[in-house]
Amino acid sequence: MADILSPLPGIFYRKPGPDKAPYVNEGDHVDVGQTVGMVEVMKQFTEVRSDAAGTIDHFHIEDGGTVNPGEAIATVSEG
Amino acid sequence: MERLFIANRGEIAVRVIRSARELGIRTVVAASEPDEKSHAARLADEYRLVGPAPATKSYLDQSAVLSAALESGCDAVHPGYGFLSENAAFAAAVIEAGLTWVGPSPEAIELMGDKARARDAARRAGVPILQGSEGAVGHGEDLIAEGREIGYPLLVKASAGGGGRGIRLVASEQDLVATVEVAQAEARAAFGSADVYLERFLGRARHVEVQVLGDGQDAIHLGDRDCSMQRRQQKILEEAPAPALPDAVRERIQQSSVELARECHYRGLGTVEFLYDPESHEAAFIEMNTRLQVEHPVTEMITGLDLVREQLLVADEGKLPLSQKQVQFRGHAFEFRLNAEDPSSGFMPSPGTLERLDWPGGPGVRIDSGFVAGSVVAPFYDSLLAKLIVWDASRDEVIARSVRALGEVDVEGVKTTLPLLQALIQRPELRDVEHHSKFLENTPELLGGAA
Repeated sequence: MADILSPLPGIFYRKPGPDKAPYVNEGDHVDVGQTVGMVEVMKQFTEVRSDAAGTIDHFHIEDGGTVNPGEAIATVSEG
Repeated sequence: MERLFIANRGEIAVRVIRSARELGIRTVVAASEPDEKSHAARLADEYRLVGPAPATKSYLDQSAVLSAALESGCDAVHPGYGFLSENAAFAAAVIEAGLTWVGPSPEAIELMGDKARARDAARRAGVPILQGSEGAVGHGEDLIAEGREIGYPLLVKASAGGGGRGIRLVASEQDLVATVEVAQAEARAAFGSADVYLERFLGRARHVEVQVLGDGQDAIHLGDRDCSMQRRQQKILEEAPAPALPDAVRERIQQSSVELARECHYRGLGTVEFLYDPESHEAAFIEMNTRLQVEHPVTEMITGLDLVREQLLVADEGKLPLSQKQVQFRGHAFEFRLNAEDPSSGFMPSPGTLERLDWPGGPGVRIDSGFVAGSVVAPFYDSLLAKLIVWDASRDEVIARSVRALGEVDVEGVKTTLPLLQALIQRPELRDVEHHSKFLENTPELLGGAA
């Protein structure tokens, strides 16, 4: 198991836009470096990428939720 | 007006509280959860929680904001700038609820929000506009003919865009049809309307603007400003009056802006924005902002007026509190926007706790900020930390005073754009008014940190 941590404080989004589909869903496979969401800090957007390859076990932060630096956004089951 | 609800945060909420208090009006400020301990919330007579941190769930939540205004017994709403300030539906809802809206009518907000209609209104009022299509563009041969008449390069602009959004450059005729089609699809997705229009492109233009004040019948101007120093369409420093502007151009943009305000029965403060080409001495309408602007203090410094007081008086009494003759101009002023961003790493936002916050003092120096030492700069909102405003009798003198004042600023706890501001004020291009709205993007050494 590996956690994907927020690099920044701000608001976490699971989708690239309000009318778009989520980057990934729980149960989806992710590769190293794959984008799983975005953090908005002071109107600038930074992509959040997975450090591990595996399956998204679950998201700890909902779409539009607030995050702190180093806070776990999602957990990946490796393998 | 006895009790004013301020539907905003940060420095502009503080700014409105100050003018209201001097008029004997009590204030209630909106606050999101992280803003409950903000300087604005402490300074107001009262604050009302309007929702959690994300602006879409708090400051932009129209029903939460209106309910808070009604439940706190307010009889008026000041929207500040940004957030709901140019939202015609919100303005209408405030009026419908029986409260005074400190701003222009919903109809005026809507008219100026539609860039193609605004351009037509400007032309009818005699405001100089860039050569372009009348209303939304046609198709096929009509489109090609319109493009030829304007000449290349030209811009394709979304009618519902604004603030620099929804604009595409077309270099030559062969790209016109394809670019217009893409722009229409983008405009439909982004703004809900596929209407686009064509406009002549000015390469090295300055950004100048005229401050107007109206009461729905009559209107006056409060002079002009220059906001050419920008990064990615965001203003970095502003000054008043606009320097190196021929008298005839200044007269024309001031008088025609007043005429535009009269023709659209404009009530309150508004700003008519122009592009100015220093080579051809041509000025042309861009858009009208239907709210109080961030850079209003430079106008206050050269007129001696309190623009928020005038705005509140017009909203309350429905009559212009002063005549054009009573507006006198004296000296020159600059405003510097100090942002919590790190210029040495691509202007990354830099939230955090302000461990130290020392401001400059002395004659002609003013600070408008929503923060005090110990305040937290939250990551959820824009990065404006403070506005440093400096006045002196002449432009040369105010530049020297600005260098001195910027040197006294000491902020610890977050990174700021202070090194950029200090480098900019000493640039010969600024001193000689040779800068333009793309100057910063074309001067990479300034964007890498202190030059």
